[in-house]
Amino acid sequence: MEALGDLLVKSAIILNYPARDAEDIVVTLGKRLFDAGYTKESFIQAALEREKTMPTGLPLSCGFNAAIPHTDVEHVCKPGVAFATLTNPVNFQNMVNPEDSVPVSLVFVLALDQPKAQIGMLQEIAGILQSPKVIEDLLIASECGDVIRIIKNKTRKY
Amino acid sequence: MVKRKTILVACGTAIATSTVVAKAIEEALEERDLYVNIRQCKASEVPSLVDNADLIVTTTPVSVDKDIPVIQTLAFLTGIGKEDVIEQIVNYIKEE
Repeated sequence: MEALGDLLVKSAIILNYPARDAEDIVVTLGKRLFDAGYTKESFIQAALEREKTMPTGLPLSCGFNAAIPHTDVEHVCKPGVAFATLTNPVNFQNMVNPEDSVPVSLVFVLALDQPKAQIGMLQEIAGILQSPKVIEDLLIASECGDVIRIIKNKTRKY
Repeated sequence: MVKRKTILVACGTAIATSTVVAKAIEEALEERDLYVNIRQCKASEVPSLVDNADLIVTTTPVSVDKDIPVIQTLAFLTGIGKEDVIEQIVNYIKEE
């Protein structure tokens, strides 16, 4: 089973990005995934559209929040994950309660190519979201290598 | 022999968050020796599948016009309130 550490696309990890808004970070990470051959050109627009009707902001217990933009498998060429930390939080809408805004500091853009195939990776992301220490380490990471190391060393299935 | 109940687990795409939720529910119930049918679907598919479901757990709003319990929660993703949600699900599953 593919682990998150292996699915992270190095060229699609951006740390301390000064995003203007949610769309900016989805487009920026989406372009990196497209340039690296993970997604079709339609992915970005599909992920943005989905965000409007079924948003992906997740309020966490640690005070920093995350979003996991993604869309249907037909826009994906091969599975990969893009990741960014933001210098200033930008508002995503709450997944479970779309009228509420969630100020988000960490963004995982997920390119998933088949249902259920990436369950291990998805559980790892849930594990990260539930671990304040891992979130804190990711937010202070300054290099891509740090992110991969943190994720490989510290994620635990919950 | 009691008929196995069916839990419909919904999210936006039926590939990401509902996968995590379905797995977490399955594991939590198995620990309690409770066995159910779990079916994953997109939120938009709920109306066509609801007739065969006893309970809906969803990470995104769904429209349901049948009188069955709907638990709308991010607990299996964020960990917040997870034990409470598991207890709610267990109670619904144990109900006759």
